[in-house]
Amino acid sequence: MLKQKLLILYASNSSLDSPIGAWSLYDGSGREKHMAGDADEPPYASVMAAMRDGWRVIQLPQLRAPAAGAEHATAFLEYEFVLEKMVEA
Amino acid sequence: MTAARRLTSLQVAGFVADGALRFDGIVPRALSDAALAELAGGGPPSPFGADPSSPAAGWPGKPLAGLFRDWPALSAVLELPAVAAVIESLLGPDPIYDHHYAHVIAARNEWSQPWHADAILDPRGAAFDIQLCFFFHDTPREMGGTMYLPGSHLRRVNESAIARYQNFVGQEAMACPAGSLLICHHGIWHCGQPNRTDRARTMFKLRLNPRAPQRLVWDTTDLHDPRIGKVLSRDHGWYGHDVRLEIANRIRVWRALTGDPRFDVDFWLTRIENDPLG
Repeated sequence: MLKQKLLILYASNSSLDSPIGAWSLYDGSGREKHMAGDADEPPYASVMAAMRDGWRVIQLPQLRAPAAGAEHATAFLEYEFVLEKMVEA
Repeated sequence: MTAARRLTSLQVAGFVADGALRFDGIVPRALSDAALAELAGGGPPSPFGADPSSPAAGWPGKPLAGLFRDWPALSAVLELPAVAAVIESLLGPDPIYDHHYAHVIAARNEWSQPWHADAILDPRGAAFDIQLCFFFHDTPREMGGTMYLPGSHLRRVNESAIARYQNFVGQEAMACPAGSLLICHHGIWHCGQPNRTDRARTMFKLRLNPRAPQRLVWDTTDLHDPRIGKVLSRDHGWYGHDVRLEIANRIRVWRALTGDPRFDVDFWLTRIENDPLG
């Protein structure tokens, strides 16, 4: 049976070629368990590098104009790319 | 005025850039052991979740001075000249007690707390609380300790809204010798790490609030050190091209802390404040 594995990559800007600043892995097969602080290096140098390794991009971050009056406000990471692989479980 | 030297402008600029300052071994070993013993013996009751009729529930909002008098080791830790000088350098005199908590992670606890910011989303512009995290025993990496994300403190998120994130370039684990202190801005993103040793891990956290404007309350001898701009411009690597926005927001905090509305780095704010038609 195929189960979904998600890799979430937070890129430096909206380009799929840009360096990765943060990442998460959620494995629906239950084989791997990942948590906060369990790795020091990103699994891929960029979203493109992950695509070349077989990951499918299922979400591109929308580019949004900042709210008037809050142009410099920062909160969440803007460039969140969600990728998937289907793995046997 | 405390006897020990207060923080320098460069150190405070580092706090504004990173949201944290680390002091390894600032508490002597014997006093650390005594403080641990007080915590193991029940320690001062935390107001967090306390019965509203209990004395602890009435602590938040009181002056810090003298509040821990019935716990002589913890009281002595807070009155160490080096510790008191750091508190005064960031908050000014007579800080307000907010709350404390002894976080104990059991031996062989493989679970990591998710990333979060404490309390609730804090919309204050420049004023800040500090959280003192004391590690009274040796805390090697396999014991945790607290992981924090330098440069995250000015981002406005609510508590565990960031729990989806697992790892960041530049994240730091507080692995440290006994008697170490991590002081964080209230907004810092952090998470308690797994304890893979056979011993419980204890971290004593104390949150304090400023009583008055936090303006030039440190040792300002080096206020015009040209390296301050470089410190405020640190790129922590994980927020990508937002780095210039981060620097702009740090400049705003530095202006508030120094009372200098024209302070700038690399012309970032001066340029966009020049609005002759506005």
